[in-house]
Amino acid sequence: MQEMPCTKIPNFREHLKIGMKEPLLAFNENGIYCAQAGVYLDPWKPVEKAFITHGHADHSRWGHKKYITHNTNVPIIKHRLGEIEVSGVHYNETITVNGVKFSFHPAGHIIGSSQIRVEYKGEVWVFTGDYKTEDDGISVPYEPVKCNAFITECTFGLPAFKWLPQQQVMNDINTWWQQNREAGKTSVLFGYSLGKAQRLLKYLDTSIGKIYTHGAIENMTEVLRPLVDFPPTTRITRDVKKDEIKGNIVLAPPSAHGSTWIKKMVPYETGSASGWMAFRGARRRRAIDKGFVLSDHCDWQGLLASIKATGCERIICTHGYTEIFSRFLNEMGYDARTAETQYEGELAEMDSKIEETD
Amino acid sequence: MEKAGEKNMKQFAELIRALDSTNKTTVKVAALTEYFRIAEEKDKVWAIAILSHRRPPRPVNTTLLRTWASELADIPLWLFEESYHIVGDLAETIALVIPPSEENSEKNLYQFVEEMIVLKKLPEADKKGYLHENWLKLNYYERFVFSKLITGSFRIGVSQKLMTRALAKATEIDEDVLAYKLMGDWDPQKISFNKLILEENEEDYLSKPYPFYLAYALEDTIEDLGNPQEWSAEHKWDGIRSQVIVRNNELFVWSRGEELVTDKYPEFEDFIGTIPDGTVMDGELLPFSEGEIGIFNDLQTRIGRKNISKALLKKTPVILKAYDLLEWKGEDIRQKPFRERRELLEQLYSDVKKEGFPLHLSETISFNKWEEAIAERERAREVKSEGLMLKRWDSPYLVGRKKGDWWKWKVEPLTIDAVLTYAMRGHGRRSNLFTDYTFALWDGKELVTFAKAYSGLTDAEFRQVDSWIKKNTLERFGPVRSVKPELVFEIAFEGIAESKRHKSGVATRFPRIFRWRQDKKIEEANTLEDLKALVPQ
Repeated sequence: MQEMPCTKIPNFREHLKIGMKEPLLAFNENGIYCAQAGVYLDPWKPVEKAFITHGHADHSRWGHKKYITHNTNVPIIKHRLGEIEVSGVHYNETITVNGVKFSFHPAGHIIGSSQIRVEYKGEVWVFTGDYKTEDDGISVPYEPVKCNAFITECTFGLPAFKWLPQQQVMNDINTWWQQNREAGKTSVLFGYSLGKAQRLLKYLDTSIGKIYTHGAIENMTEVLRPLVDFPPTTRITRDVKKDEIKGNIVLAPPSAHGSTWIKKMVPYETGSASGWMAFRGARRRRAIDKGFVLSDHCDWQGLLASIKATGCERIICTHGYTEIFSRFLNEMGYDARTAETQYEGELAEMDSKIEETD
Repeated sequence: MEKAGEKNMKQFAELIRALDSTNKTTVKVAALTEYFRIAEEKDKVWAIAILSHRRPPRPVNTTLLRTWASELADIPLWLFEESYHIVGDLAETIALVIPPSEENSEKNLYQFVEEMIVLKKLPEADKKGYLHENWLKLNYYERFVFSKLITGSFRIGVSQKLMTRALAKATEIDEDVLAYKLMGDWDPQKISFNKLILEENEEDYLSKPYPFYLAYALEDTIEDLGNPQEWSAEHKWDGIRSQVIVRNNELFVWSRGEELVTDKYPEFEDFIGTIPDGTVMDGELLPFSEGEIGIFNDLQTRIGRKNISKALLKKTPVILKAYDLLEWKGEDIRQKPFRERRELLEQLYSDVKKEGFPLHLSETISFNKWEEAIAERERAREVKSEGLMLKRWDSPYLVGRKKGDWWKWKVEPLTIDAVLTYAMRGHGRRSNLFTDYTFALWDGKELVTFAKAYSGLTDAEFRQVDSWIKKNTLERFGPVRSVKPELVFEIAFEGIAESKRHKSGVATRFPRIFRWRQDKKIEEANTLEDLKALVPQ
C-alpha cells in the first residue's frame, strides 16, 4: 500500500495564535460560533440564538430558543419545525449584535436561502450555507459578497462535476415524461421535498399531462404558493384512482422510492434529479431508471468562480469533498482548510430518512 | 434509439447510454435488437466483439491516459487521481473532467476501433495527439464509450446471453445456434457480419467448443427433486470449468470464460493420438500432484502465466476431471440423454487410462436414497470438492444456465467473526461508497488481515457502514482507508487451506460477508488459531 503524498495544510489556529486573536467565527461542538456576538450560524445542537441560512433539515434544526432568518424562509421553517420563535430579515439588512454586524445575502440555493455576512472591526467573514451560481428562476440569484474569510460548502468540489443549463435538463425531463406517457407509463420523479421538488414543478410542461404530488411535497408547495407562481398540482390521496394517474407525472421525495406508496403508480418509470446523477454508479446503485443531473449546489467551476469573486484570502471548507478541494485551493495560493460540521449537502437530499412522509 | 439515420459512433454511444440507463432486461434487449437491426455491418461485428469481451488490445497504458486526460482538463494529476477514486471508473472520470466538445465526429465505431489497433504501434506523441483530438471532438457519452474502448474494460451490465438473445431477435436465427457461432476464435477485423452470423462456417468448426451448460443452485430441499433413481450425483470440483477438444490431430482447451487456453496447459498434448479425433469432453481442470487434488489457490500460478516453465509444470501439474462427453466420433451428441453420454465417456476413459495420464473421471456417486447423497455431501471438504452436482439421468446437454435438469448443491459455508480494518471505494455501481473491505482476526493482541470481501451486505447496510467509515477513518492511503477497529462481521467462505502466500498463513475461498454482527464487540471476534482449526487435516 502506498502512502498518499500529503501537502501540509496551513493550520488556521496556529495563524491566529501568532496574531493572538480569536477568530471572528469559530467551529465548536454546537455549530459555527461568533463569540463576540454570542450568535450561532446554522447550529446543529440547541442554542440560544441561531442565524439560519435556509430551511433544509441539516441547517435548520429543532430546539433553538431564537431563530433569525430571511423573511421568505420564515414560513418554511415554521412549517418544518412547528412553534418556534423566529424573526425574519430582508436581504442586505444589517443586524448589529454587540458591535458585530450581521446581514443576509442571496445564496440561490433554494427559495429563502441566504449567505450570512459577519463584520467586526473591518474584518468580514461570509458563511455560504448551501449555494449555487445558476439562476433557477425561483430563489433570488446568488450574489458574491466581498470578504476576507469565506466559509464555503463544497458538496460537488471535484472537477468531475459540471452542470448543464437548467433549461436543457428540464427539456430532457419533459421529453422523458412525454416518452413515458406515449408508452402508457407514469413518470415518477424524485426530488427533495423542499427546493428541488418546486424547481422541477415550476418547469414541468403541463401540456403533456397532469402533475401529481406526494403529500410531503404538496404540503411544502402549499407553503410556497403565495410566494411563487407554480402550475397546479394534485395531491395523491387514497381517493385518487390508479387509472387517472396513468401517463401523468408524480413528484415524490427520494424516500418514497421502494416504498409501498409507489405501487399505485404501476406501470411507472423512475427518474431522479440530483447532482449525484452525474455518476453512473450513483444512479445504478439506487436502481433509478433515469438520472437527471440537476443540483442546487455549485459545480466545480461555480465554486472556483464564487471564491474568486469574493476576493477572500482565507477559505474554510465545511462539507463535501473538503480535503480534496482545500488541497487544490492551497495549491492555487489560498489559505484554505477544512472544518468538521454536521452539514450533509445534497447527500441529505438523496438519502435522508428523516423526511416527513405525511 | 433515436436518430435511426445516423450510422456512426453516435449510434453505438446511444446504445450504451440506453443499456446504461435501465436495469430492465427487456428494455436492454430491445435496445440491442434495434441496434442490430439498423447499424452498419462492420459496426455490428465490432459491437458483438466488444460485448463478448473480444476487445482490441489496449493501445495506451492507463498511466499515460491519466496524465494526458489531466493535462487536457487542466487539473493536476493528483486531482485527477482523487476524482478517479471517487468516480470509480477511469473512462467515466476522463469523460467527466474533459471540457465539453465543440466539434463533432462522424466516424464509425469500426473506424475508431481500427484506429486504436494501429495506434498501439505508434510513438507516444502520436498517441497523445490522437487522444486529445478525439476527446475534444466527442460529446460526453461518446467520450465515455471511446475511453472505455481504450481502457479495455467494457462491463455495462449486458451479458453475452442478453446480447445473443437480441441478435436472435434481430436476425431471426435460433439463439442456441448463435451462441455456438459466437464461440471460439474469430477476428472482428477480418470477419464480416454475414460470415460470422448469417452464413454456415464449416472451416471454423475445428476449434469450436460448445456453449457450456450451467447449473443453478438447488433452491428447495433435496427431497423435492423426487425419485432418487432419476438422478446422478457427483462431486462438484473446484477448478476451472473447461472443454477439451481433440479434432483432426489437434488439441483445443477452452475455459468457461470462452478463452482458448490450450497453450497454458501443455499436459493435455498427451491426449493427441490417444483420445480419438472428434472428441469433446466437458470437465474441471484441477491441480493434481502426488496422487492428490490440490486447492484452487494452487491454480492461480498457472492461470496468470503466459510462459509455462518446466519447474512450474512439475510443481503444479493439472488434470482434466471429465464429467461429460459432448462430441464423440465427430458427432454432436448433446441431445442424447446424460446416461448415454456418460456411458460413452466411461468407456473412453477405461480405454485410455494409464498411470500419469492427465485424464481423470469425475466418479458417479451411487446412492439409492437421498440420505446417502446427503451423507456424501458432508464429505465434500475431505475430498476437496465444493459439494455435489445433481444431474437428471435422461437430460440433454443444454445451452447456458437453465433450471430443472442440473443443480449444484454446495456444502454450507464455513464462517468466522472478523474485525473490519481497511476499506476501499467500490467500483461501478458502488463507486463513491466504501464497499470493499479487509478483515482481520486476533493473533495475540494484534489484528492480522485474513481476507477481503466485497459482497454480502444489503445496499442499506453498505450505506450505513460507508457512513461509519467516513467518520472513523484513521489514515488514508490513496483509495484505501484504515478504520478504527470497531465493527465485527461474520465472514463466510467455501474452503480453506494453508498458504505461504498469505500473511495470515491461510487462504480462504470465496470469502464474503455473511452478516454484520452489530451485537459483537471486537474482543469477541475470532482468533487466527480459530481459523486455522478449520483447515481440513
